[in-house]
Parts: sequence; C-alpha cells; structure tokens
Amino acid sequence: MSGPVFREPIIEVKDLYVYFYTYAGIVKAIEDMSFTIYKGEKFCMVGETGCGKSVTSRALANIVPSPGRIVKGKVIYYRDGKPVNMVELSEKQLREIRGKEIAYIVQDPSSALDPLYTIGYQIVETMIDHNTVRDWKEGYKRAVELLREVLMPDPEKRIRNYPHELSGGQRQRAVISIGLSNMPRLLIADEPTSSLDVTVQAQLLELLRKLVREHGLTLFLITHDMGVVAEMCDRVAVLYAGNIVELAPVGEIFKNPKHPYTMGLLRAVPNPQADIEKLEPIPGTIPNLIFPPPGCRFHPRCPFARDVCKREKPPLVEVSPGHYVRCWLHAQ
Amino acid sequence: MSQPLVHVEGLKKYFPAGGFLKKVWVKAVDGISFDIYEGETLGLVGESGCGKTTTGRLILKLIKPTAGKVLFAGKDITKLRGKALKAFRREANIVFQDPYTSLDPRQTVFNIIMEPLKTHGIKVDDPEGFVTKLLYEVGLNETHLYRYPHEFSGGQRQRIAIARILALRPKFIVLDEPTSALDVSVQAQILNMLKDLQKKYGLTYLFISHNLGVVRYMSNRIAVMYLGKIVEIAPAKTLFENPLHPYTKALLASIPVPDPEAARAKPKIQVVGEPPSPINPPPGCRFAPRCPYAKDICHQKEPKLKEVEHNHFVACWLY
Repeated sequence: MSGPVFREPIIEVKDLYVYFYTYAGIVKAIEDMSFTIYKGEKFCMVGETGCGKSVTSRALANIVPSPGRIVKGKVIYYRDGKPVNMVELSEKQLREIRGKEIAYIVQDPSSALDPLYTIGYQIVETMIDHNTVRDWKEGYKRAVELLREVLMPDPEKRIRNYPHELSGGQRQRAVISIGLSNMPRLLIADEPTSSLDVTVQAQLLELLRKLVREHGLTLFLITHDMGVVAEMCDRVAVLYAGNIVELAPVGEIFKNPKHPYTMGLLRAVPNPQADIEKLEPIPGTIPNLIFPPPGCRFHPRCPFARDVCKREKPPLVEVSPGHYVRCWLHAQ
Repeated sequence: MSQPLVHVEGLKKYFPAGGFLKKVWVKAVDGISFDIYEGETLGLVGESGCGKTTTGRLILKLIKPTAGKVLFAGKDITKLRGKALKAFRREANIVFQDPYTSLDPRQTVFNIIMEPLKTHGIKVDDPEGFVTKLLYEVGLNETHLYRYPHEFSGGQRQRIAIARILALRPKFIVLDEPTSALDVSVQAQILNMLKDLQKKYGLTYLFISHNLGVVRYMSNRIAVMYLGKIVEIAPAKTLFENPLHPYTKALLASIPVPDPEAARAKPKIQVVGEPPSPINPPPGCRFAPRCPYAKDICHQKEPKLKEVEHNHFVACWLY
C-alpha cells in the first residue's frame, strides 16, 4: 500500500539520549534515537509500557519531566523552513513555540484541565498567552468555534462549564480544542483516546484525521494499540526498551514485519475480526532499563537470538525504501 | 455445555445517588437474565459504566442485589448465609482488574496463596510443596515462594492472584478485566494460561472486558451490555459475523482493527454522542437516543430480549 509521499521535514530527531536519574539508578529511557517527521503526515509511535514513547514525545517539545534529562542529541524543529534545535533554546523561546506551533494532547484529559476554571477560560487563556486574539471577548467567540469544530455538543453552554461537569469524551474534546486554539503545525497526541470508550474513541480518531486533512496539520500520535496504528497513520515507528526497532510505512509494518518483536507484537494481539485458536505470546517481560540487556535489548525474549545479538547492539538499517530495522538478522 | 451452572433472572442493582426529598438511584444493573453453562466462557462486554463489573459482583454475592435471583448449581445464592455462603465462596471466585491493589503488599507469595486455605480450614500435608505446585501451574516457580508482591511485574502478580484462587479448586471464576492493566505481549501469556487452566480443571468463566478482540478470543458466547441492560447474547462467532443490535454493530465498527487495509475498508457506522447517565436512563430502549434506526416505539416501550435465531438473543424493536 503506498500512501502520499511527504518530503519536507518538520521535526528531525538525531541521536537522542534521555536518561532518568533516580535513586535506584540511571534509567536509560531512550538511547540512540533518530527519526524524521515530515510535514502533513500522520506519524505513529507504538510500544508497550516503559518503552520510551511518551518520553520521546516530551523530548520533542523539550518538556522531559525531572529527574529525566536529555543527555545527548538534537531535536531539530523546522520553523518556517529554518532549523532550530529545541534542546538548546532558552525557556522564553521554547514558550513561544510550545502551545502555539507545537501543541500537546495528553492521555488523561482530567489531569490536563484545571478544575477551578471553566473550559472556555482555559481555551481562551492559551490564545491570550500567545497573542493570537485581541481580547477575551474575541477569544470566547473563537472558543465556541473551536468547540464546534471538535463536535462538542452545545458549545455555547459548554464554555461556561467546569471540567467536572463534562464527560471524559467531552473533556478530551476540550483538551483538543486547547491544542488547536493557536493552529499549531505539529500536534503531539500521547494516547489521546486510551482512557475513552471505543465508540467515543472512534469519533475522536475520525476528528483527528479530519483536522490533519483540512488544516494541513502534522500529527505525531503515540499509542500502544496496533488497531489505532492501522487506522490512523502513514508511517510507524515500533519502540522496544528505549530503541526504535523498526520504522516503516504502515502497510509494510503489518504486511511485511521484519523485526522479531514487531512480528511477535502482531501475533499477540487478538484480532476481533478473526477466529483465533491460539495466540502466540512473546515470552518473558520487558527489561529493566537501569540494567538493560547488553547487545540487542530484545535478545532475551527473541526466538532467533544468536551470539552476536547478546554481544553487540544492531544498527538501524534500511532494508527496503523507507523500511528500517534494527536487527542482526537484517544487518548484513 | 450441558446445564446452566449459573442462572441469572431479573437481576437488578440500584445504588443511591443522593437526592434530598426524593431519592435518586443509579440503575447500574436493571433487570438482566442469562445463563452460564458448565465449562463455557461467557464474555460480558460493554463500555465503562454499563454495569458489567456490578454484574460480576452480584453473581458472587459480593454486593446484594436490589431484586432478582442468581442460582448457582440450582441454589439461590442471594439467600445464602453462614456456612452455606462460605461453601459457595469456595466454589466461585474472582480475579480483579488491578493486580497492584488485589495482593497484600506485606505478605509473601506463600502466605498469600495459603490464606484462603486457612480461611476455609483446609489442611494440606506439605504446604510448601502444595504452593510450589500451584506456582508451576501459573508459570512461576519455587524461587518466587518467599518474595513480596512489589518484586513482581503486573503479569506475574496476576499469575499469583490466579494461583491463590486455584488453591481452593473452584468451579466458577469471574474474570473482571484480568488483562486490561497489562501490556499486549504479556496479555497473550495470561489469556493462554487461563484457557489452559479452564481445560485442565473444567472451569467455568464469566469474562468481563471492554476489549472486543480479547473477548472474542476467550469466549464461547458473548453478552453485550448497554446502560444496565443486556442488548444481545450470541455465540462469539455469530456475534462478530452477524451482529443484530444497532449498538453491537456500532461497537464492532468502532474497534480499531489491527490491519490497515481492513481498517480502511470496514464500514464506518459512527454513533453520535456518549452513553447517557444511568441515573435517568431514557424511557423505552436505552440506546434509542443514539440509534440511527430509532422509530417512535423505541422511545416509548422497552424491547425485551428475544431469540431471533437459534441461540441468538437480541433486545431491539427491529426484530
């Protein structure tokens, strides 16, 4: 399956390392991470708990929470074609970009909203902060439009509601409209629908697709659900224990997975459309990232592991156009 | 599948929800009836707040029903007390969703698994050997005997919770979202283990989940719940291939399918809005306000669960 081809980069991550300095030791959350997101595409990052997908998304906007730190690497953001390194910008410059050019939607809408302010206030606040509206009156008008766009029922009434008066789906719609309020170029959505019911999830995913289509937004979507990946993205990066193990167009990942972890992941998900006699689980559990396994981090669980996998870390190589794999089976 | 092990009839549970002069009730479960046959897995799906967990708890008498009957092996458990209730607790048990809160953090695995035996006054000759054998059943081993819950991952904890239940040799287990806190690679391990244990010990399961893929994999038959009511019950394959109720259709169309081509080709039946509050459920059919096929009668009279094909029940005025 070939989708549209995107050429102009919006974010380039180069050789990124993020460590968390905890009492128990240094958690090597992300190591040797490089990828590019192109303008107008829907890019997904998929992986299990603790694989570093949320940390990566935070590193893009340089908001890695303490005790985490970007130790090495660059995050190049193409601001109107001019590259800036997000890692080196001052807090003041970052504030101009965050919330305006790069917006972030978190997983849990209840904790993203302030319970003491109406959602109308919270939407307008973002616009006032970035001077995209003249005054509060204009802001509220714009807020109603935004809420209508994200299909919030009764937007005129809803702007006067407090977060607790809304349902989970409505709260997530409010958070999305805050994200959209300044017409960002890049929308980072970190598991935007995993706390919602499937019928509501379907509505919101359709909404995100529509926004990308109509506003030329770039979407960076993080999820653990292979189903969401299949429905939403153009290209997908599979993360395992802080490394990208495979990166390819979405059709390739599902039809022609190369990394043993990707293959295992696809076989372990029960497909609701098929009768399955027996699932094939991946043996073992996710490694501890304070003492990650040497060599390939997946080797203790890999059915194809050889000696070299235990000793040396495989490089990310391009096996066919646009399809990258980090595995010794494909490195030679 | 011979005779029903669990027979539920007109089960209701209303929770008080404040109200000063006039009492307000949340109708969490509002008159449901179904059977669970010996040796089968009945899947119970629905979105959050539809009453699936409450149903699981009612069947085990963890909470008291407002009305209705639950027969377990022919006996009405809602009336059980004292010794008879204790005997019932030995035969029917539950695995909770969150393996982080369902194990006592200050007890070793050995103590956790031995506790139900002590409660029921069951003596074993070689406790250590007994527990070790159970640990092997769930994919753990003797090195785990004297460790504490915090030393285990989510999947391992769920294994301990299952071993604790197996210690009593139950007949019936309610599995309340047993894998929704786990990662997919681990989820598959636990699901397969539950299937193997079911075969080995002839267990009967009520499998509660919101994940339709998981429910399809695990269940022989599936019941779909919406706002305290069962709207459809059918064999798993039938339900997925020939859903009848508009809500079931919408639910199936909403699940993201892990296959890009199928995902882009599947019909997009999008329901509008969100489930209404169970405090004042709409009159008539509860799905009517969101249903694309709603007729006048749907808003006025509640449809009853009707067998439209062999073993396929649906509560909808269209049929």
